[in-house]
Amino acid sequence: MTRIKLGVPSKGRLMEKTFDWFARHDVTLKRTGSEREYAGAVEGIGGIDLVLLSAGEIPRELAAGRIHLGVTGSDLVREKLADWDNQVASLALMGFGHADLIIAVPDCWSDVDTLEDLDAAAHAFRDTHGFRLRIATKYHRLVRDFLTREGVADYQITDSQGATEGTIANLTAEVIADITSSGETLSANHLRVLSDGLIHQSQANLFVTRAVDWLGTNAAFQTLVQRLNLTPPTL
Amino acid sequence: MATKAQARITGRRLLQSFAAAGAQEIEPDIMQPAEVLLDLYGEDIRARAYVTQDPTCGEMMLRPDFTVPVVQAHMSQGAEPARYCYMGEVFRKQDHFGQARVNEYTQVGYEVFDREDPANADAEVFALFSSLLRPHGLQATMGDMGLLRAAVVGLETTQARKAALLRHIWRPVRFRKLLERYSGQTPMPQARRDLLAGARTKGPWIGLRSPKDMDQRIASLREDAKAPPLPAQDVARIEALYTLTCPAAQASAQLRTLNMPVLDPAIDLLEARLAALRTRRVDLEALRFDASHGRTTMEYYDGFTFTFETSRRDWPAVASGGRYDALTRVLGQGREIPAVGGVIRPGLLADLEGAAQ
Repeated sequence: MTRIKLGVPSKGRLMEKTFDWFARHDVTLKRTGSEREYAGAVEGIGGIDLVLLSAGEIPRELAAGRIHLGVTGSDLVREKLADWDNQVASLALMGFGHADLIIAVPDCWSDVDTLEDLDAAAHAFRDTHGFRLRIATKYHRLVRDFLTREGVADYQITDSQGATEGTIANLTAEVIADITSSGETLSANHLRVLSDGLIHQSQANLFVTRAVDWLGTNAAFQTLVQRLNLTPPTL
Repeated sequence: MATKAQARITGRRLLQSFAAAGAQEIEPDIMQPAEVLLDLYGEDIRARAYVTQDPTCGEMMLRPDFTVPVVQAHMSQGAEPARYCYMGEVFRKQDHFGQARVNEYTQVGYEVFDREDPANADAEVFALFSSLLRPHGLQATMGDMGLLRAAVVGLETTQARKAALLRHIWRPVRFRKLLERYSGQTPMPQARRDLLAGARTKGPWIGLRSPKDMDQRIASLREDAKAPPLPAQDVARIEALYTLTCPAAQASAQLRTLNMPVLDPAIDLLEARLAALRTRRVDLEALRFDASHGRTTMEYYDGFTFTFETSRRDWPAVASGGRYDALTRVLGQGREIPAVGGVIRPGLLADLEGAAQ
């Protein structure tokens, strides 16, 4: 029987919380080898291999069917996979890794509180400054889809892979779209979330790939699903 | 699915028909400078086009469309009037899966640049497409962005409100929200009330947008707050117009019953176009009129629009086109010329031919 590959984040709190979540269901995930070696094992249930990898790569590996189950944020899956629910399915919301993808503007913009304000400000900005208002983010797809759906125009997305909150003061963007949990980094950088600027509420999910056709009938998968008390989606 | 070779065979046949109608064949580059298209369409085009970097030419785009390069070619060398035809591949990223959603496919197009008689030029293009596509039993639909624009321009409200509505005519969601705001159906948000009462946020000034930019916006919001709400019946009429669909033969009569005198010049133009279509033996009972047709495409067509579609909902339009006078104004740097045209996807036609055999 084909062994199942479970991909989990390779470090940090996401990894710890993932291990805790599985442990509560009597499935033990553990790292093996030296502290720096990315190797792991699943105990308490047969036929499953643990794969440690970056949370950002888990969506792609699931879509390719190189791993069969994976723990990652719903924000990353929606950002990185076109038609994400055709490629993977969510087995469980895991109750940790909460983060909101939001649009934030400088707090000093007293006149901008809603997307309607942002759209009007973007239009005037383009007239005055000769280029489209720049929104710094790494979530290109989610931000673009959201703003298209809401009918906001005259903006452009500039890529920002980190320290996004600093781009406005550094004059490389006028607005940001990023994930936040407490909002502290935003306020420390004098930014404020638009009142209707919530794009997506993310949390860690246990995702399953739709790329292989044998998973639904695999005994190890069925045992795991029962142990975790989950209803498997139609794969 | 038809192979590329089959699509080209069908395409060449169409191209010959376009040439026989008097069009000169042109062949724009596959790689186009990205800047022009990005400036015109912003993120909408970035989401759909393949952008790449060239060491000497800068940011380039795989041609997502022929219209812009054809307009540019005409503007730089064109004699008037002019008719052009072309065949080649276009490239578009697809964000969804689906058999008909391919990211490179052949288009065959026909474009008319003629100042003399726009209604007749509209009819010429449509009738030509209609005759070439007749064997395939497609549903033809037409619209007219000019009507939608006329309805907004004719509203009794401030220039600023009209300009905001016109800017969003292609974004139905925002357009509707603006109408609701201007008519008082949605009350002014508390944050804006506070702002107009003098409330200011406290953060230090950061970023490129300046305090002057903000002050100008606040001034325009003050002006807007003084404007009387749009009467509910005007909003209802706009909505009645935007949702109107009927056979083209009845379009002008139906439009007149909306009782919007501001539409009269646009309806006259529509009638002239319909008369020209009738002269060219287009069946106006079978042609569908949809007042909002073309509203959700890119900001491109500003008058007559048309499509030919199969009954399969998951298929894109087999042919589409329309009038794009404003685009020639933007690209012409001070010059402009009325222009109308359209494209056919020969690959889809070849699929239909294959299925019929």
